[in-house]
Amino acid sequence: MSNLFNIDIVNPEQSFLSKDNVFEVVIPAVEGEIGILKDHIPIISFLKPGIIRVFSESEEQSFYVEDGIVEFKDNTLSVLTSSIFDLKDADKNFVSESISSAEAELSKDNIDDQKRFLLNHKVEVLKSISIN
Amino acid sequence: MPSLDDLRKRITSVKSTQKITKAMKMVAAAKLRKAQENAEKGRPYSEKMNNVILNLSKSITDKENAPKLLVGTGEEKVHLCIVLTSDRGLCGGFNTNIIKKSKSYFEKIISENKTLKIVTVGSKGYDQLKRQYKNYIVENISFKESKNINYFDADKVGKIIIEKFEKNEFDVCAIFYNKFKNVITQIPQEQQIVPLNEDKDDSSNDNDYEFEPDEDEILSNLLPKNISTQIFKAMLENSASEQGSRMTAMDNATRNAGELVDRLTIEYNRSRQAAITKELIEIISGAESL
Repeated sequence: MSNLFNIDIVNPEQSFLSKDNVFEVVIPAVEGEIGILKDHIPIISFLKPGIIRVFSESEEQSFYVEDGIVEFKDNTLSVLTSSIFDLKDADKNFVSESISSAEAELSKDNIDDQKRFLLNHKVEVLKSISIN
Repeated sequence: MPSLDDLRKRITSVKSTQKITKAMKMVAAAKLRKAQENAEKGRPYSEKMNNVILNLSKSITDKENAPKLLVGTGEEKVHLCIVLTSDRGLCGGFNTNIIKKSKSYFEKIISENKTLKIVTVGSKGYDQLKRQYKNYIVENISFKESKNINYFDADKVGKIIIEKFEKNEFDVCAIFYNKFKNVITQIPQEQQIVPLNEDKDDSSNDNDYEFEPDEDEILSNLLPKNISTQIFKAMLENSASEQGSRMTAMDNATRNAGELVDRLTIEYNRSRQAAITKELIEIISGAESL
């Protein structure tokens, strides 16, 4: 028995990534990171800003996502997200721009705690990218 | 009877028009391929989104407290209509078809004494609707500057809708756009997005999902996104339809111009020959009288 399953990452413009030979995917869900293996029970969850790590037989890929929805069903993991990029192609300017815009957002007064938490988290993740 | 000179001018004018329509046709054909590709690429996202929402709404037991975007406000008094059209003309019946479809919907709403609000996306729709429905149009959005359809534009429209919904400015929201079937056929569509029309066919794959966080929170986060997604899908379909429609329209125009040139050329030659014959007769009769 193989322990592989499918992953589909789609954004509104196109299908971003589609693979059928991954054995583990780690996703940054709102309530903590989830590692998904084959035959995980069906799950629907949200993403917070973070890194998706896809482990397939031949390689390991990492993507930064801002938000999105994940659904796992019948050994297919679907990730719907509106902003995603491969860490390998990370654009330094874009990352630093995102950091500063998130920090600007943070300095506003009228944001609630949950949003503040998400933004803080986003800044953290983005900074860790720009260091690498 | 137009003079020879007039005919010659007319022929050159039609020929240059033909050149323009031919060029437009070729540009539209090139753009169509891209737009069609984009529309196809965008489909998986909206399909998956729909699936997730369907699964979610099935698992919601407490219909009373479900998010209002899903089940509606319980009333049907104020209708918000989003009419998606193009920013450019010369695309055959593309805009007219959408307007026709939406007008019949508007008339129905007005005759039922309900309140109508219109948001137009794209300047052509606004131009056509402002004559008759000026007082109903609450907003006019145009994305003339953005070269390609992108998700951020759709998101802007989506945010406007949600903002209005939260202020209780409408109960039902429908969007109008052209669905791309093939190059020759585009079908004007009317799609209700708030409240979400539940599909009645109960496919019996009862997957018991694990939700994290709970269903309500996911739904209330997901539904606004779904609105943007639906609008984005409509915009993609629309742009493919627009190019397809323009291509056929320009193809027809080129062909018509060709026919017109043929007819004018025959007329030109006839009158030229008539003039020559007339001159000959004059010369001969002049020679005879000597």
